[in-house]
Amino acid sequence: MAPTRTIALDARAVARTLRRMADEVVELFDGTDDLIVVGIQRRGVQLADRLVEMIAEREGVRLKRGALDITLYRDDLQTVGPRPVVGKTDLPWSIDRQRVVIVDDVLYTGRTIRAALDELADFGRPSRIALAVLVDRGGRELPIHADIVGRTMDVPAGARVDVLVGDLDGEDSVVLVPPVDA
Amino acid sequence: MSTSADLGKDLLGLEELTTAQIQLLLDVSEPFKEISLRSIKKVPTLRGATVVNLFFEASTRTRLSFEFAEKRLSADAVNVASSGSSVSKGETLVDTARNLEAMKIDMVVVRHGSSGAARFLAQRIESNVINAGDGMHEHPTQGLLDLLTLRDHFKRLAGLRVCICGDVLHSRVARSNIWGLRKMGAEVALCGPRSLLPNAVEEMGVTVFRRIEEAIEWADALNILRLQLERMQGGYIPSLREYNRVFGVTRDKLERAPRDVLIMHPGPMNRGVEIDSDVADGPHSVILDQVTNGVAVRMAVLYLLAGGNPALAEAAKG
Repeated sequence: MAPTRTIALDARAVARTLRRMADEVVELFDGTDDLIVVGIQRRGVQLADRLVEMIAEREGVRLKRGALDITLYRDDLQTVGPRPVVGKTDLPWSIDRQRVVIVDDVLYTGRTIRAALDELADFGRPSRIALAVLVDRGGRELPIHADIVGRTMDVPAGARVDVLVGDLDGEDSVVLVPPVDA
Repeated sequence: MSTSADLGKDLLGLEELTTAQIQLLLDVSEPFKEISLRSIKKVPTLRGATVVNLFFEASTRTRLSFEFAEKRLSADAVNVASSGSSVSKGETLVDTARNLEAMKIDMVVVRHGSSGAARFLAQRIESNVINAGDGMHEHPTQGLLDLLTLRDHFKRLAGLRVCICGDVLHSRVARSNIWGLRKMGAEVALCGPRSLLPNAVEEMGVTVFRRIEEAIEWADALNILRLQLERMQGGYIPSLREYNRVFGVTRDKLERAPRDVLIMHPGPMNRGVEIDSDVADGPHSVILDQVTNGVAVRMAVLYLLAGGNPALAEAAKG
């Protein structure tokens, strides 16, 4: 039996939230100088694209958008099987002394962000790294927090938060999927 | 996200892989290309894993390529060559491997002169086994890197016409290519002197050309094999010059082709024998791309086979 899904944010709510996040990014960095937006594969990359678009509309500056796939930096590769698919990492510019905002869809345990920070360190030494997430669902297992949060949701362990984005899923939304046993 | 086409414990040949498994290997190779372009060419994926490169035959390219792949994934790589080891004192393959396992290793990359050596080993040790060439049987990572290079260039494999030229009889590269290409839907032809083609080769579903000119006219790509002089106890070809004149791929012959033909060679090349220098270094040659892709393919193979939980991997197969 498929669990009942509830829509937490519909397309318009997602758009509103992203617009506010775009403003907060510019505010946090006091402008857009030397700023690179880096999305985490896969949904984070789509969201990063949106933020770049919205910042371009407001500020008239099109920021560089990179992509990180953190699979090869995961801390559970020795225990997961079969192997997760590896996506593309695309960071063709030097990030030394640049300012980087990492974008992801959902912040949960913090392990993805830990891996992303390790991977970024292999590319260079940014002067500052910030984190922007569409949903912070709590449940952290590492001392990591987001600088910019779209929505905070209190989601029990076992439940899922699915962020759907137009390019991959047809329509933007944030969907709550309760635990399978519920 | 998880993969639906798990590879199991070993990579022994392309013959036993499914189309989905080959597709997975090629797709997973793709993101690994980028790692070798970074200034820090290393990811922590296989940290703590020990890989032994056990080479009973001479190899430069394949061994180095595996070693780069291992190191760029942060595995600890150890090389064992037959000369200068107990192998030269008469120790058997399995004894050598069991002794290595007693020192707690995780993977073995093996090259051996006997067909079937990799499988023989895989059935007797716990570690993952990767075949880096066994006798005249298979060389699966070479087959995969050839497929990847073709796919890079033509953006597809299905329907592609690939002719494998030259010394097919002694070539494990040819066998891996034939299996891999056929499974991916490409058309495969062979061209070479009758004495250097295996018997009943048509049963593998390939076309045979007697003349290199016909092959060039038909093909989208030529995979030109090395004439394996060291495996020939004489009598296969009249002379090298004769071979070059009849079967060598030269600019003259290529210029008569109706379309540009992609030129591949697994190396090492005998320039002026199976391939002329102006072809090897010409605009349609992707011989060095093959070498670059080799590292990415081997990283993908190591990544897909290494570690993991065998019980989980087993369950996932079900």
